[in-house]
Amino acid sequence: MASNGSSSERQRVAQHRLRIIAGHLQKDEDREATRIAAHACKAKATDTDEAITRRVPRKRQEVMKWNGWGYSDSRFLFNKKGEAEFTGKRYRLSGLILPSLKDWFEGTFGASLQYKTPATTNLNTSAVPPPFLNEAFVQDLKATEIPFSLEAEDRVFRSHGHCLHEIFALRDGKFGRAPDMVVWPNCHDDVVKIVELACQHDVCLIPYGGGTSVSSALECPPEETRSVISLDTSQMNRILWIDEKNLTARIEAGIIGQDLERLLNKSGYCTGHEPDSMEFSSLGGWVATRASGMKKNIYGNIEDLVVQVKMVTPRGVIEKSCLGPRTSTGPDVHHFILGSEGTLGVVTEVTMKIRPLPEYQKYGSVVFPNFEQGVACLREVAKHRCAPASIRLMDNEQFHFGHALKPQVSSIFTSFLDGLKKFYITKFKGFDPHRLCVATLLFEGDRERVLQHEKQVYDIASKFGGLAAGEDNGQRGYMLTFVIAYLRDLGMDYSVIGESFETSVPWDRVLDLCRNVKERIVRECKERGVQFSPLSTCRVTQTYDAGACVYFYFAFNYRGLGDPIHVYEQVEHAAREEILANGGSLSHHHGVGKLRKPWMRDAVSGVGMGMLRAVKEYVDPKNIFGNRNLL
Amino acid sequence: MENSVQFMELNGWEHFRDILEERRRSSDLSHALRSFNPQPYKGMQPRSSSALNRTVLESQYLRYVIQQMSAENGEPSEVIREEAAGILEEMSQNLQLGFIRFLGFTLSKVFKRLFRRIHVNDEGLQRLQQAIQEYPVVLMPNHRSYVDFLVLSYILFTYDISIPVIAAGIPLMGMKLVGEIFRRSGAFFIRRAIGADKLYWAVLSEYVRTIVRTGYAPIEFYVEGLRSRSLKSLTPKLGMMHMVIEPFFKGEVYDISLVPISISYDRVLEESLLAHELLGVPKPKESTMGLLKARKVLNEDYGTMHVCFGHPVSVRELAKGKIDRRQYNLVPRDLPVRPSEDCQAFVNTTAHTIVHLQEENMVLSPWSLMATILMQNLEGMDWDSLARQTQWLKELALGFGAHLDWPGHMPCSEVMSSSLSLHRSVARCEAGRVLLVEEEPQGTGSPEEGVFRKAVTVLMCASYRNQALHVFVRPAVLAVAMRTAASSRREDIFTCFRFLQEVFSNEFIFIPGRGGEDFEEACSLLKKCGAVQIMDQDITVMEGGHSTMAFLRAILEPYVEAYQVVFRYLCDESSPVFTEKEFVPAVRSHALKLMLSGALESYDVLSSDTQKNVLTALLRLDAVTKSRRAEKMEFRVNKAVINRIGDTLAGRITPPTASHSRL
Repeated sequence: MASNGSSSERQRVAQHRLRIIAGHLQKDEDREATRIAAHACKAKATDTDEAITRRVPRKRQEVMKWNGWGYSDSRFLFNKKGEAEFTGKRYRLSGLILPSLKDWFEGTFGASLQYKTPATTNLNTSAVPPPFLNEAFVQDLKATEIPFSLEAEDRVFRSHGHCLHEIFALRDGKFGRAPDMVVWPNCHDDVVKIVELACQHDVCLIPYGGGTSVSSALECPPEETRSVISLDTSQMNRILWIDEKNLTARIEAGIIGQDLERLLNKSGYCTGHEPDSMEFSSLGGWVATRASGMKKNIYGNIEDLVVQVKMVTPRGVIEKSCLGPRTSTGPDVHHFILGSEGTLGVVTEVTMKIRPLPEYQKYGSVVFPNFEQGVACLREVAKHRCAPASIRLMDNEQFHFGHALKPQVSSIFTSFLDGLKKFYITKFKGFDPHRLCVATLLFEGDRERVLQHEKQVYDIASKFGGLAAGEDNGQRGYMLTFVIAYLRDLGMDYSVIGESFETSVPWDRVLDLCRNVKERIVRECKERGVQFSPLSTCRVTQTYDAGACVYFYFAFNYRGLGDPIHVYEQVEHAAREEILANGGSLSHHHGVGKLRKPWMRDAVSGVGMGMLRAVKEYVDPKNIFGNRNLL
Repeated sequence: MENSVQFMELNGWEHFRDILEERRRSSDLSHALRSFNPQPYKGMQPRSSSALNRTVLESQYLRYVIQQMSAENGEPSEVIREEAAGILEEMSQNLQLGFIRFLGFTLSKVFKRLFRRIHVNDEGLQRLQQAIQEYPVVLMPNHRSYVDFLVLSYILFTYDISIPVIAAGIPLMGMKLVGEIFRRSGAFFIRRAIGADKLYWAVLSEYVRTIVRTGYAPIEFYVEGLRSRSLKSLTPKLGMMHMVIEPFFKGEVYDISLVPISISYDRVLEESLLAHELLGVPKPKESTMGLLKARKVLNEDYGTMHVCFGHPVSVRELAKGKIDRRQYNLVPRDLPVRPSEDCQAFVNTTAHTIVHLQEENMVLSPWSLMATILMQNLEGMDWDSLARQTQWLKELALGFGAHLDWPGHMPCSEVMSSSLSLHRSVARCEAGRVLLVEEEPQGTGSPEEGVFRKAVTVLMCASYRNQALHVFVRPAVLAVAMRTAASSRREDIFTCFRFLQEVFSNEFIFIPGRGGEDFEEACSLLKKCGAVQIMDQDITVMEGGHSTMAFLRAILEPYVEAYQVVFRYLCDESSPVFTEKEFVPAVRSHALKLMLSGALESYDVLSSDTQKNVLTALLRLDAVTKSRRAEKMEFRVNKAVINRIGDTLAGRITPPTASHSRL
């Protein structure tokens, strides 16, 4: 390409033109000129009162759905005209009509708006088995004055994460084993008391943070015969101090992502840790699952952010005695805590790195003629270590998915420009609309640097046939990840079920893994009698020096199937087998939970399992933290 | 194609269409110039043949190999790279549609002259068309004649399906002009004896893998390695097979479809040439002049050619539970590593499975059955008796699942006499008696020459019998096993069965690890045709089954006899150390002597293929060891082991039970 001077010149001019077009689009009237544009995707804070830091009430069901994702007031629905809209006022999409969603939905899944599969609306408390209580424990707990609840609604809410089978059962009004009581410690000392009592009375503790697990980690083991206590950390949500000299903050582990950022922002800081679940997931949960944030290229993953952790275990409290940025003191004990998935204890306080708020943020996107070129470009970007805060590559199906979420355009001019863009890319540049794919970008930093950085990345992209495609496409890509769980609820209203899963894989196998896993899903669905072709799509969602994180969406229309969840689970199992056969990891950031336990030994070897078991046996010999994840 | 085209249906099996019929009715030129828009593989990354070569040359794999070689022998890597480029240039194809059209035109003319019909199964081609779009496809025909070479390309062109690239032997390339035409028709050329040439292996394997990986085009190769001179399936070669499958092992493709293709001829162009070759008259070197001289063969009638495209076999399905692809996770996939044992075993089983499927889909001519009977009556037989026995054999063959091209609308005697007349080069009917034809005596007319002349015809006749052997081989092995077994107990018979399979596994295709299934299959076939009964743990011959059993034993008899002759020769006559070059003529002259003295009747032992098979079998059974000495392969005989095998084969001692568990 580079050898052909005239074509690269043409490309440069083309890019320039496209940027001008994109610039026009930005002047779209209702676009807020926000400094932190990423927040435009997430729910806005409705209160500004500094005193109110507790976004998560004890009675979560008062603001959140008990049988679906997120806030009760926010949901997708098809209105009477058959148009899709998103209700509520919290999100940028809220109150908007999404004209293309219906066609995409029906076309992709063969679903029909006539064929509804609505959820049970009210939680039937009488269907929930009564709690099995350890009276002595309850008596002693009462004496501590730590609040707790035996109510069915509270217990059911904490009996699950957000795996498909969990939500599907709830929508059906079916309840499995729920915790027998819920307890809300208010601080580290409360947790110490609770753990002591649990050991004394031999009850089972299951720590509960944001409840966004997708690994069956929160399910109560059905074989558990002791009383099960859900330890809800949501009330431990304070920032204890901010250290501006060392750029660290001491934070209680129950705080959820959006509160943490909002509170830090007020002091001019951020952690930069933004997992897709950050609206609801908690700091303690991130530590316990080795979470990864969208902007890890700048800020790092949770293990890079954590400076010091305090965890309460049945053996006592574990923590390091200094805040040194790195130590050589044998194996890092933090790594027993990171990823322990609630099997060893409760994380109560974390000292983590903070950064001054970035001056400038900019979205961007690049269209590639095909996925292969896109992956080659991401690899090159990773090689030069110049990845922006976030860089993601959506495959063709996901690109179309993202497009289906385009809100109604307000002017003829915009739709005209949209048409022009499409014409330019498909006709003039010869991109096949069924092959092209899009990389979404997010740059962050001081303005000049961002612009410089942007140029560097676009220059690399052009070497791989990439064309800059505007901020709008980029932003919509990120929006998809925040509303995907809401969309799943919409799908389930119309007999479509789905889930996401992820892996990490060396660069040279990215393409093969993506192709083979997607194909495996399609094949397995067919073999298992799924009557409609499934949505099987992926994106390369993080880049590393030696590989990438790949994220899959998989959904299908289950009409005509007797046991859709079983079919779903078989296909997901097969997909995981395929991932492993292609050199992918068992999990990049979702964790193992109970869902992926069967592969754990293969993943870390028998000796590795023995090491983990030995730690568990020492720390928690009575299996007080008995959620049975991981091992 | 119009509706008037007639289909031939073989006993409710596949529908065959005669593709020459339309060629006889419409213009060959417009056929050659027809629009050609095949549906390619969905994952194909389109590229030119020169881009393909570049990809190969710049591959990480070749870079590794070149670095390694450079470090080993101190040669600069640029020099080795140049060498690799040279190899690639010699090897690579240059498929061009224009040449396919040119070839289409020429072949239409040639085929119409040679054949009455070319029967092709329509559904098979539809399946292929589907398969090509889904995954990379490997076309795996058997190889019985040089005519095979471009016939698939011709058929695929006719059906608007992607033209394959074809692995061919270097000798073809040596032919002036023709070599270039082949290259432009998609042939790529492989040297015969690659041996330990590391660089050559590396270039070839990367070339083949790249074609599969990128879905450049369907790839066609002969898994048997070369043209079978005896018309019997050959033990598959594994090198190429491994190369085409490896991209699946390494996850570079989701799946690979292997398409077994069975080509069979009423009459093979090279029949007499092949028989001469088997008897040690060297094959004339492939040359353009030779090809032109061969024009006289164009004036003869070769009847019908059948091409049956089998069901695509999914490598992924075959590999399920056998290959753990995670074994490739911890090293760079481009690093040359020795394939693991499970991969090697899988490739071997897969190759055997494909050859087995080729056999199963063979369409047999009535002549094959007649030749089978004639081979058991070499001194000649009454026409009536031949007709009667052939009809009996027809029923038996159908019962064993053979596909016969036996025209239903003609009286049987007419079918047979027309078959005989097509094959007047092999046998003739004189005064109600059918006799094998003998070549005109040339030269001295010595007794040796007489045997030799007879042998040419017998081996020609044998080759047509061989086309049908796979139908009978399992029941035949069972029949012999029942005769040699110590008792009629099932397990004793099974032990003998497995022993025979082990001895003859170079002679006939047995899928490794399927001895048990083969045995069950043979039992059920013999039971079905009423030859044996199975009571409790006993297998016994039924009252009316003796003739069937005798016939089946006689199928295997020539091979048993031939093997015994070689065994005896090695133990009694041969020097304890010999080379392969010495072995073949020595066995031949030894056999000739025996035949002249009347001590041997089987002509099969004169066939160099059989002789080499015995040697390979003995090597496999550790009865002969091979060692390299002064650039030559030397064989060393272990008489005790050979004697034991010979005795077991003759039923004098019982085979050991455990050692054959491999089958």
